[in-house]
Amino acid sequence: MIERYLEQASTFAPDIDAVILLIAVLVGFWFFLSEAVFFWLIFKFKKKDGVKGEYVSGEEKSQKRWITVPHLLVLVCDVFIIVGAVRVWHDVKQVLPEPQATVRVIGQQWAWTFIHPGPDGQIDTADDITLIDEMHVQEGVVYHYQLESKDVLHNFSVPVFRLKQDAIPGRTITGWFEATRTGEYDIQCAEICGIGHGIMGARIFIESKEDHAAWMNGHAKPTSVATAR
Amino acid sequence: MAETIATPGAHDDHGHEHHDEGWVKKYLFSTDHKIIAMQYMFTGMAMAVIGGFFAYAFRMQLAFPGMEVPLWGVVTSAEYNSLVTNHGTIMIFWVAMPVLIAAFGNYLIPLMCGVDDMVFPRLNRLSYQIFFVSAVVLIWSFFVEGGGFGGAWTAYPPLSAKAEYSLTPSGASLWLIAVALEFVAFLMGGINFVTTAMNSRAKGMGIYDIPMVVWMIVIASILFMASVGPLIAGAVMLFFDQQLGTAFFDPAQGGDPILWQHLFWFFGHPEVYVVLLPAMGIVADVICVMGRKKLFAYRTVLFTAIGTGVLSFTVWAHHQFIAGIDPRMAHVFTITTLLISIPIAEMCFCYIATLYGGSLTLNTPMLWALSFIATFLIGGVTGIFLGASGADIYFHDTYFVLAHFHYTFFPIAIIGTFAGFTFWFPKMFGRMMNETLGKIHFWGTIIPFNLIFLPLFVLGAAGQHRRIYNYDNFPELALPWMQDLRILATLSLIVMLGFQLVFFYNCYVSLRRGKKAPANPWNANTLEWLAPSPPPHGNFGDKLPEVYRGPYEYNHPDRSEDFWPQHVPN
Repeated sequence: MIERYLEQASTFAPDIDAVILLIAVLVGFWFFLSEAVFFWLIFKFKKKDGVKGEYVSGEEKSQKRWITVPHLLVLVCDVFIIVGAVRVWHDVKQVLPEPQATVRVIGQQWAWTFIHPGPDGQIDTADDITLIDEMHVQEGVVYHYQLESKDVLHNFSVPVFRLKQDAIPGRTITGWFEATRTGEYDIQCAEICGIGHGIMGARIFIESKEDHAAWMNGHAKPTSVATAR
Repeated sequence: MAETIATPGAHDDHGHEHHDEGWVKKYLFSTDHKIIAMQYMFTGMAMAVIGGFFAYAFRMQLAFPGMEVPLWGVVTSAEYNSLVTNHGTIMIFWVAMPVLIAAFGNYLIPLMCGVDDMVFPRLNRLSYQIFFVSAVVLIWSFFVEGGGFGGAWTAYPPLSAKAEYSLTPSGASLWLIAVALEFVAFLMGGINFVTTAMNSRAKGMGIYDIPMVVWMIVIASILFMASVGPLIAGAVMLFFDQQLGTAFFDPAQGGDPILWQHLFWFFGHPEVYVVLLPAMGIVADVICVMGRKKLFAYRTVLFTAIGTGVLSFTVWAHHQFIAGIDPRMAHVFTITTLLISIPIAEMCFCYIATLYGGSLTLNTPMLWALSFIATFLIGGVTGIFLGASGADIYFHDTYFVLAHFHYTFFPIAIIGTFAGFTFWFPKMFGRMMNETLGKIHFWGTIIPFNLIFLPLFVLGAAGQHRRIYNYDNFPELALPWMQDLRILATLSLIVMLGFQLVFFYNCYVSLRRGKKAPANPWNANTLEWLAPSPPPHGNFGDKLPEVYRGPYEYNHPDRSEDFWPQHVPN
């Protein structure tokens, strides 16, 4: 469903979309069934002259069956949804694969700072590439991001990755992603952070190995700051 | 057959404890539960007008960014944040709570339990007075320097804790004081509702003879009282952080902003059921009376409501999946959240099953009650997407969330209220409402309501984030088709707000020229229909009713009439 609106640009995006589809199918079934029964009952039992209503307590076993059976089936559906959701969550948020590169993402009112590793492949070294509102990653590389905030809560959201994570001042939250296609996409702040929340967007550039190397060489200076807007 | 114990109209002068009172004493400082109910009802409706107007202002900005909004002007980003924050705050705390719990609770509990007033009438009056002050403080907060608070109704610190971040030095504190006062008011109300319904009922009314709406308000009050403590504590801590320089939520000095989220949502999630249950109770009573049908599985509905209430204390962290809590916690809260769908689904099934074999009169109250079920189902099933951790990674903070909870809160606070208000209007004011105007108002509300929020589901699925005053800054959210849907939602909102004038006009003409209502216009069973319409001070006159059976004995095989009031001996 979601891929109709937004491309899937990370390894786990198809998994998240699949769990959303699973839920949509299961709850959609119950929803349409319930509404169909509901409207059918309304039309069938609309008041007619001379027809008396029935007296049904709903307390007898034979009557309760009409509730308990659907209710057990709902429980079964819940189990499927729980298993699907928990598995995806486990892979996306709980267990982090070994990183091939690390970037630091810092939120502040109202801009994103991205500290990329330079040619040495490490952050916190002299050749780090620090950019405002512009993030560059290489396709097919497992990244760890270290998410920090300087002031209030922010949320690092990359919709094409299906990635969201709150940034909390005083903590460093580590997560991961691996991009699966090249292109330029949105990064959005997804947690209200003050009057500039509505402008706190950035762009992510997913590049092939060659393009990424070329970009890195273009930033040979230790700290060159580009402004995105 | 002895149809009534007190003849309607015979007790108008019922003078044993009150004499000719002045208007002020009678209507402003009354301890009569019905007057207090009306005070809550009309204050809630007045606040709903403010909340609706706020929605109009920010929706206009979203549809036509930068326009000079008629009656408001250009919506700045600070104003936008304040509008959405206070729209949410008002609609939940100053509309849903006062109308559904306080107004209907005050009005219905003594009448339906067959007693003359609440157990603690003065506490009841104090409750409304504090509530009124809280509303004044909230409105005051819009006009102070820096404007009203704009940190969202969830008020997450550090944004809400420090003026340098929120830029609303006074607005944030006044907002917090208003919310805390409001909670104090409802604590007092809750004590009254629970005590009255549990300890002060008509002779013969066993616990399974209590009308469902009374049960639901009692359960909701217990939930509220059990959950609000942590949030009041949190509000005091946040106020200290704002004004006294403490650092409960400031990580730089050893505090923790996540603590607030736990305190807030430990209250915030049960709060959903605090307002949901009274609405479900109203709907149960309306569909039984208008469907001439016994409620399907009364005890099951009651126990599932209690079960839902208990479970609702175990799900709060599903609001915080991606807030930085330990990822393993998400598994626990996914399971509890999905389990809560079981009792709620069961309740909905019971309501639907109640229609089977009925004789449904589709008048205005019934249309509202039925539409509650039809629309609440949408809100219910979309919640599953958000409670499932893996899917919530994507949906968190999108308009999908927003559309989901509007499909729960709108049926609760608006549809449920209109169902109850139109149903009990003859009792409250002694006049029948105009059916034609009522139906125009119904269709004029329900169709635009769906046209507002169905598009917002689509926008949310496409990734549109909440609380953004202008989507032009995000290329993936600035697509033309998305803007078209935003305009559709805004225009639908304006149409819906316009149709509310029909409601107010209907109230006006019905009060002035409506047909006089008999004591029991709907041929209903419960005790409030025994009292005259409107009931005098003291409700039932000198002799309180006795109860002989449950509240939903419609079309009983042993009886020729299709209803069997609770107070009729046989």
